[in-house]
Amino acid sequence: MATLARASRSEIETLLGDPPDHDLLKAPETGTVMVEGRAGGAGRRFNLGEATVTRCVVRLSNGRMGFSYALGRDGRKARLAALLDARLQDEAEGSDLHQGVATLAAQQTSARDLASRKAAATKVDFFTLVRGS
Amino acid sequence: MYVAVKGGEAAILATHDLVAEARRGDPAVPEISVAQIREQQALACARVMNEGSLYDQDLAALALKQSQGDVIEAAFLMRAYRTTLPRFGSSEPLDTAAMAIRRRVSATYKDLPGGQVLGPTYDYTHRLFDFALMDEGGEAAPRSAPTPLDATMPRVPDILGAEGLMEAEEPPEGDPRPFDLTRDPVSFPADRDVRLQSMARGDEGFLLGLGYSVQRGFGGTHPFVGEVRVGEVAVEFVPEELGFAVDLGDVTLTECQMVNQFQGSKEVPPQFTRGYGLVFGHSERKAMSMSLVDRALKARDFGEATNYPAQQDEFVLYHADNVEAAGFVEHLKLPHYVDFQGELELIRRIRREREERLAREQGAKEPDTMPEAAE
Amino acid sequence: MSAGTMIAPGFSHPVFQSQAAFRALLAALSEPGTLQNVASEITPPEGLTTATATALLTLADYETPVWLPEALRNGPAGAWLRFHCGASLVESPAEAAFAVIDGTVYEPKLSAFNLGTDQFPDRSTTVIVQVTALKGGSALALSGPGILGSRNITPQSLRPGFIDELRENGALYPLGVDVLLAHGEGLIGLPRSTQIEEVR
Repeated sequence: MATLARASRSEIETLLGDPPDHDLLKAPETGTVMVEGRAGGAGRRFNLGEATVTRCVVRLSNGRMGFSYALGRDGRKARLAALLDARLQDEAEGSDLHQGVATLAAQQTSARDLASRKAAATKVDFFTLVRGS
Repeated sequence: MYVAVKGGEAAILATHDLVAEARRGDPAVPEISVAQIREQQALACARVMNEGSLYDQDLAALALKQSQGDVIEAAFLMRAYRTTLPRFGSSEPLDTAAMAIRRRVSATYKDLPGGQVLGPTYDYTHRLFDFALMDEGGEAAPRSAPTPLDATMPRVPDILGAEGLMEAEEPPEGDPRPFDLTRDPVSFPADRDVRLQSMARGDEGFLLGLGYSVQRGFGGTHPFVGEVRVGEVAVEFVPEELGFAVDLGDVTLTECQMVNQFQGSKEVPPQFTRGYGLVFGHSERKAMSMSLVDRALKARDFGEATNYPAQQDEFVLYHADNVEAAGFVEHLKLPHYVDFQGELELIRRIRREREERLAREQGAKEPDTMPEAAE
Repeated sequence: MSAGTMIAPGFSHPVFQSQAAFRALLAALSEPGTLQNVASEITPPEGLTTATATALLTLADYETPVWLPEALRNGPAGAWLRFHCGASLVESPAEAAFAVIDGTVYEPKLSAFNLGTDQFPDRSTTVIVQVTALKGGSALALSGPGILGSRNITPQSLRPGFIDELRENGALYPLGVDVLLAHGEGLIGLPRSTQIEEVR
């Protein structure tokens, strides 16, 4: 679900192919989640502010339920991601679908890695000038 | 007294058309897209998300477009939209120690674990116009290091905390759910969770001014930036029907840990105290101002005098919200015809009575009496 | 989610259906004694009538703890509420924002629920009482705000002494619970401001 939350709608659409038959247990709905922080990073909890979140719950004709919860307001993406979630539970590890998600996860990791290396290029290398005594 | 007055509908509808034209500007110039604002005015979007108290970059960009770049008007749009949405619940508290760092600097330690990472910042620019941007700026090609940064970096105050030199920052017993000022009315003295929420959604300019006042002596602290960090943090949420935490994706955050001079008592040896700032997006000035005022507002907790505005929770919390403030200031534009009519009649009566009294006194006055004291 | 396959869908059009139900609930409490229809094409879980289920779907969320009789709480109705509303199910009636009770069962008494505080009387529990019929019982005369003169209702299967409980509740005004009688798709509101007399 973490990978799908970070994927784009078109990436999920491509991976899923034709949507299977399903019921909407919870139609795609946009709401908010109150994001909490901690004072000082580790102390008392406080409310930082809300974030938009869209969720969807589907049930395939075989009874399998699929869930999607992700930041943003894309209802179509939520429905497709919930369908994909249900399909993934039905398929064995190593299936094409699972491999597709693994590829997506690897792409996300390498994007994060590149961003981190760009930041690392701005890391300061201190050197101390010799001072006379 | 309020009196219903009708009329003005046609004029109001005409203003809608006129403001739409003003917003569009010269039609010969291409219209700006929401995606362009989101990608190229990201710091303005961050401010709108903070003061609108809603994390959604697309909506912040739309709000800026719709409000012609008026940040407070844009924040108002965010707040209004938020009220139409159901709330699914509260996230797990964010773990900023697990932030994917894009920028992280400390003014207290040179060689701290993880290093000083300057990241994307205007701090080291010359503030000279780049006239090339008058035309198309072209694409930047930032360099990248062969290896990424450390996956997690310790928060600087935790380093001092390990030595016992820093005021501890621990959740109160039972780790209670925080107060939510969007749901319940605030009462004073306000607890730290209320103060932090209020400042996180408060006006950047107001907090900057207050933070500055603290530095200039209207607050009596001597702050150091322990750390400022910017980057992405995952938001986790436990849906009631699933019962386990779901990763919703990442939000960009700025966190500031301000280290302040010591406090001690008979029981506690002198130690550094801390102020904390956490905000959406890349918003360093806001996070730093918030951390300065957070420390100032702890004055009562440390038994310090609360002589200055930044130390008084009621003053800070009641005036930090720019949507509220703008509403009350700007409502003065609305018709007050009846109130003012009342004032007019009152002042006319007072003047009439005064003239009558003066005339009476003039008539009664003996030539040798002393003049009365001025009114 | 093992029990998940048993859960029936919620609103198919959440905005319109919850707005329509909210309007009916508003009418029920602002014009006490009028029969309001709360139909929404949902399949309620076992133990809840359509009107009760629709009202909870409309009003309850994660911030409103719900009290249900133990059998319902641990059964499909509890799972359904948790799934659709995200509401927590509480054991203590005094913690509930909403509660569902069976009109014939003796406990808990209305006074066991949250009656509100002087500062926030609005935070009292709203109690939905499920009855076997909203018509055909002995007549009760209602009067008070929202009623021109008086209005009669004839619900069935209210436990003995329930009218006295309602009167005691009304005497606490501005504190006290608000009551909704529910059967099938029908709802009748009995807010704390309504006075009740048995018609003899």
